[in-house]
Amino acid sequence: MTEDTNPLSLNVPEPGCRPGDTPDFSDFEIPQAGAVPRPPVDADPDSIRDMAFSIVRVLNKEGAAVGDWAGALSVDELRQGLRHMLTLRTYDARMLTAQRQGKTSFYMQHLGEEAVSCAFARAMRPGDMNFPTYRQAGLLIARDYPMVTMMNQIFSNAEDPLHGRQLPIMYSSQEHGFFSISGNLGTQFVQSVGWAMASAISGDTKIAAGWIGDGSTAESDFHAAMVFASTYKAPVVLNIVNNQWAISTFQGIARGGVGTFAARGHGFGIASIRVDGNDYLAVHAVAKWACERARLGLGPTLIEHVTYRAGGHSTSDDPSAYRSRREAAAWPLGDPIERLKQHLIVLGEWSEDRHLQAEAEVLDEVKTAQKTAEAVGTLASGKQPSPRDMFEGVYETMPPHLIRQRQEAGF
Amino acid sequence: MAKMTMIEAIREAHDVAMEADERVVVYGEDVGYFGGVFRCTAGLQAKYGTSRCFDAPINEAGIVGTAIGMAAYGLKPVIEIQFADYVYPAYDQIVSEAARLRHRSNGDFTCPIVIRMPTGGGIFGGQTHSQSPEALFTHVSGLKVAMPSNPRDAKGLLLASIADPDPVIFLEPKRLYNGPFDGHHENPLVSWKNHPLGEVPDGDDIVPLGKAAIRREGADVTVLAYGTMVYVAQAAAEETGIDAEVLDLRTLMPLDLDAITSSVKKTGRCVIVHEATRTSGFGAELMSLVQESCFYHLEAPIIRVTGWDTPYPHAQEWEYFPGPARVGEALKKVMED
Repeated sequence: MTEDTNPLSLNVPEPGCRPGDTPDFSDFEIPQAGAVPRPPVDADPDSIRDMAFSIVRVLNKEGAAVGDWAGALSVDELRQGLRHMLTLRTYDARMLTAQRQGKTSFYMQHLGEEAVSCAFARAMRPGDMNFPTYRQAGLLIARDYPMVTMMNQIFSNAEDPLHGRQLPIMYSSQEHGFFSISGNLGTQFVQSVGWAMASAISGDTKIAAGWIGDGSTAESDFHAAMVFASTYKAPVVLNIVNNQWAISTFQGIARGGVGTFAARGHGFGIASIRVDGNDYLAVHAVAKWACERARLGLGPTLIEHVTYRAGGHSTSDDPSAYRSRREAAAWPLGDPIERLKQHLIVLGEWSEDRHLQAEAEVLDEVKTAQKTAEAVGTLASGKQPSPRDMFEGVYETMPPHLIRQRQEAGF
Repeated sequence: MAKMTMIEAIREAHDVAMEADERVVVYGEDVGYFGGVFRCTAGLQAKYGTSRCFDAPINEAGIVGTAIGMAAYGLKPVIEIQFADYVYPAYDQIVSEAARLRHRSNGDFTCPIVIRMPTGGGIFGGQTHSQSPEALFTHVSGLKVAMPSNPRDAKGLLLASIADPDPVIFLEPKRLYNGPFDGHHENPLVSWKNHPLGEVPDGDDIVPLGKAAIRREGADVTVLAYGTMVYVAQAAAEETGIDAEVLDLRTLMPLDLDAITSSVKKTGRCVIVHEATRTSGFGAELMSLVQESCFYHLEAPIIRVTGWDTPYPHAQEWEYFPGPARVGEALKKVMED
């Protein structure tokens, strides 16, 4: 070793807070609601680079909607949005319990992230296509996908539209603009770009939306999606849901210590925006802006939804092993349902009583749906898909070797 | 009918399919303006425009991933991976996505894509331009795998693959692009112009997936081969004077097991030849199937002649390549047993 050279050391980023620590988000810069102006939809991506470092927010602390991005939704639409989020949260709670009761093998909830998918869904049109991750079921709920069918999938029962082939929560509905979910992270991000390219190739007017988590932006597929979206100016909205945690790995491992996930778009010349993911109005306003850009042929937009995974990654996860139990409560962007509820109350269009009543109605709807689904069957009992079915649909026409294997299996 | 090289036949298959169906789109690295490094897509961009035939970024996962999205939309992408050796970055998209989409969504989404890739050695390509990864695809449920050995099959199988409702891995033995090759690398190139299988039918006649062809009839031993090895096997039969029946499998998945068993039951002997590495190669599957279905007809143990279990070497290419001498030795041995 020469005198002017010190030994090297590896930088391994660490989150600010581990179990037992006091949560501290003081480094997390949160602009005031209304502080970020709304650029014209045809803005040059270069002219809005600072939006990748700020956060678009509409709802302020008092629950008022302020700034350029406010005013896009009617009161009825807001009440409907609240209903969607309540439905998703209640559905999640019931399915989580059902998993604990052994009625299914696995479940993933959205706790704290309900606004992201529920508000985004409103900006898409029938015929558009989402390529979701496993935490965007709000896209289905907000598009009135039948809840009983969702539960049939969770229970892998005889009426599961996927015939028990897929892990619970990996829904598929072309009709509802919801691409078949994969458990291999990030693959769908580049597929969404391909779908959007196909729409452009065909001279269509439809757009696509890709979804990925903060952790999975580290996958090569993220880079592939960005290259193709940028090169072909694909009519796609690329969503990163930054919920701070990839199972036990904090977002700094995927991002590094600098910049933001949204800023990854800059090298590709893609319009890139961060939005308060716990603010229903902000998510919707930014989604609408990005979808309009895509529809006008102005190219892709990268949106980073800044939110917090308040629950475990899945039913197989125990977050208390790697983060403080108090972190969720300390999360500075609050709870999306509480914030929208407060906004409606401030507007004089909602009350605590009406909220309690809505919660009761939603619980009733979810329970009724669950009874119907469980009457068909669950993973543990009742009517289940035929084992013969696993041989179906591997190919459109069953080849001879699969026919032989099905016979060998005795089905 | 027209005389064609395999390259021209592949190009014509694209042309016929693009003409007939505007959902067919073609892209890959250097595929658009230039027409591909092997020229298999030459002229298509000029004829069909840049939105139906275009250059892609050098990102195989992106090429396959976007094709899956396009197929979900309703297009029929026919994409080129510049060399089979480059396909690995796309393996997740092929295995976890393209192959599984129909099954996992119960037909809600399907994936009718064709992934073409030049394969095999014999051109001094070294370890990154010579590989034969067919077994990596035959092992995956949901994929079909085809490998033509001549211009006629190249056109017909490619048209069948494009028409197919499921994803097809289309392996093109690049050593055969410009003429048949029997493994005697010291001899001058033979042109397809003088070969009967260089006569390619006009129009949209397909060669169905899942059907093998007998390239040389024989009574004493069956040789199972595909791609370049078909010619090596034929040469070995001629040079040893052994009355071998050479079966060109053409499609590995689905496999024409009936053609294989009827030939082996007739001859009672079997030699399996492929260029890929031996361990867990497709030959192992063939050997198992022949053993399971023809055991009581076999007069001798089945022999495999394959590439060695080493990376494909550069300077030592002809010691690696399973040429007619090695195949001939196997034929003699299987006849002596």
